[in-house]
Amino acid sequence: MAEASAATTQKPKPWRDPRWRGGAAQAALLAFVGGLFYFALTLARENMRQRGIPTDFGFWSQPSGFEVSQSLIAYSAASTYGRAFFVGLLNTLTVAAIGAVLATALGFLIGVGRVSQNWLVSRLCGAYVETLRNLPLLLQLLFWYNAVLKALPGPRQSLRFGDIFLNNRGLFVPEPMAQGGAQAAAIALVLGLIAALVWVSYARAKQKRTGRRPPVALVALAFVVLPPLAAALVFGAPLRFQPAQLKGFNFVGGLRLTPEFVALVIGLSTYTASFIAEIVRAGLLAVPKGQREAADALGLTHGQSLRLVVIPQAMRVIIPPLTSQYLNLTKNSSLAVFISYPDLVQVFMGTVLNQTGAAVPIVALTMAVYLAISLAASVAMNAYNARLARHGGGS
Amino acid sequence: MKRFALLALAAVSALFLAVAPASAGTLDQVQKRGKLLCGVHPGLPGFGLQDNAQWVGFDVDFCRAVAAAIFNDPTRIGFIPLTAKDRFTGLQSGEVDLLSRNTTWSLSREAGQGFLFAGVTYFDGQAFMVRKKLNVTSALELSGASICVIQGTTTELNLSDYFRANNMKFEPVTYAYADEAVAAYQDGRCDAFTTDMSGLYAERAKLKAPEEHTVLPEVISKEPLGPLVRQGDDAWFNIVKWTYFALVNAEEMGVTSKNVDDKARSEAPDAKRLLGSEGNYGESLGLSRDWAYRIIKLVGNYGEIFDRNLGDGSKLRIKRGVNALWSKGGLQYAPPVR
Repeated sequence: MAEASAATTQKPKPWRDPRWRGGAAQAALLAFVGGLFYFALTLARENMRQRGIPTDFGFWSQPSGFEVSQSLIAYSAASTYGRAFFVGLLNTLTVAAIGAVLATALGFLIGVGRVSQNWLVSRLCGAYVETLRNLPLLLQLLFWYNAVLKALPGPRQSLRFGDIFLNNRGLFVPEPMAQGGAQAAAIALVLGLIAALVWVSYARAKQKRTGRRPPVALVALAFVVLPPLAAALVFGAPLRFQPAQLKGFNFVGGLRLTPEFVALVIGLSTYTASFIAEIVRAGLLAVPKGQREAADALGLTHGQSLRLVVIPQAMRVIIPPLTSQYLNLTKNSSLAVFISYPDLVQVFMGTVLNQTGAAVPIVALTMAVYLAISLAASVAMNAYNARLARHGGGS
Repeated sequence: MKRFALLALAAVSALFLAVAPASAGTLDQVQKRGKLLCGVHPGLPGFGLQDNAQWVGFDVDFCRAVAAAIFNDPTRIGFIPLTAKDRFTGLQSGEVDLLSRNTTWSLSREAGQGFLFAGVTYFDGQAFMVRKKLNVTSALELSGASICVIQGTTTELNLSDYFRANNMKFEPVTYAYADEAVAAYQDGRCDAFTTDMSGLYAERAKLKAPEEHTVLPEVISKEPLGPLVRQGDDAWFNIVKWTYFALVNAEEMGVTSKNVDDKARSEAPDAKRLLGSEGNYGESLGLSRDWAYRIIKLVGNYGEIFDRNLGDGSKLRIKRGVNALWSKGGLQYAPPVR
């Protein structure tokens, strides 16, 4: 006993203690790597300073002097470089958001189609997946851009569908403009939405209590649609549609989708959809066969068993890889630079970098932005996934 | 431990090399490497273009002149094609020793981005090309037009300025590559294509039906084009600058690649000084005594280079205009060699 306690109290010398030694080695390595980075950074900075290359964001509030073809916020050549950054960022986010929605819808359709019993449907979906995911994305983007551009006539020979015009400058649809009845209709819409939400929660509570499910979708839809319609009848039409007009070289007014935007969205979403389809297929196949058999035994229709039993469980498998597809889509949107769509890379790392010469700050900021978008998206998707896992599929 | 220290040393030195100033003797580096790395246009007829694996053009020949002065061999060059968008990063990062790529001399490029222009080898100005069937006769009629432009150029900025100054609207469609911009113009994505006048003539020659396109008369900017280097190496800057001056001086003295041997033996003192048979100016540049002789003998003088690539000896047939010698009413002028 005495010997044992002596052995524990007699501490080894620090350099003979593996824990101490390991910690010290790690601290030394950390200091070394940190020092190396610091050394490299200061040296690079000093070199750039000597050669007169900008190393900071001094250009940020200078006027940019160049135009951008499409922008969600007010922007002109008199705006600052900083504003040009936000123009590019918003354009990137727009393409990523719209692309993600379309890719998800298309991907689910095709993924479900692939496991269909129908021979033709499953083969067609299979062919889609194998073709699109095996061709380089850049090639597909260039294909869509050239297909869109070359196939369409000039503005003066536009294809016309009512008040919608299609030509090689883009797709022009009438722009909705608020007028007289807009306010009343908006209020009616908000009230309708609230009523619909109340109805949904009531229906849910009732189903829990009695096991009977009151009609939800139709009633909620009626709540949302009918009040604004009634308001429009009483107070007059809320919107008036202003079609685009050919003036000189181009169409003026109306809402416009540029060929660059269309090509980028189509290219990104069809490409990403092929990956999402595979993820969906894998998710559906991962649900044990017994689940579907049980649903059949309960008398659920094929559609019901898919919607209520199989897909909720499949989602747990689907969400994590789906997240990385969204991230891929966002990052791939930087290929916009090849088809002249003014996204973050095209505007900020292209024109702004070139006009200011501040390569290091601009590239660093652009990387930070993509990192932030990706991390934010993955946090959101993880939260959604955690919720699904907690609720548990089908129980 | 010893191995670890060695490893660390190697890592530090690698890092140091990665960020060390490339300005430490560009001439030394070029000589050690055995060839000059020159940034050129990836494909602009008359200025820089790969034709049957052979680089040709006005800017390309300037690279050859520098190589001839250093190595007495105009073929010891690595041509690095750079887009308008990537050219400055290429020069800044040391990928090329010299950028000779129809680049406009401007204040921000020297004071803000750390470059030095060695001179104006070609005085140019920006203009517009449109389809004849649009019946446009002046750039002032272009309000509302879609205009194809190359990204990261002064052209892109002048375009905005011009439309703003004249209170007109336009839609810019910017492309990283000149070829893409011209293709989009040809496909009808744009009503007009804009770049430097010389570039417009060169690109028009490449279109499917050049006669269907016309260059509008307005020249909306000054575009002094010239070769540029990184700041911080004055000796190298001098070599590039005096290569250009040698080309212009030679033309002024009537020294050509054909008569250069005669001129070197002639009694004309200025020609003898230029060609190194009198005085030793080359060595003060860090080159050999006959540096200018090599340039003229192997590449030709300014006028010969111009004619061969842009002038009557080429398909473009661009007139000398403001690029004539100062003694003939133009702007090309070089300080004396003495």
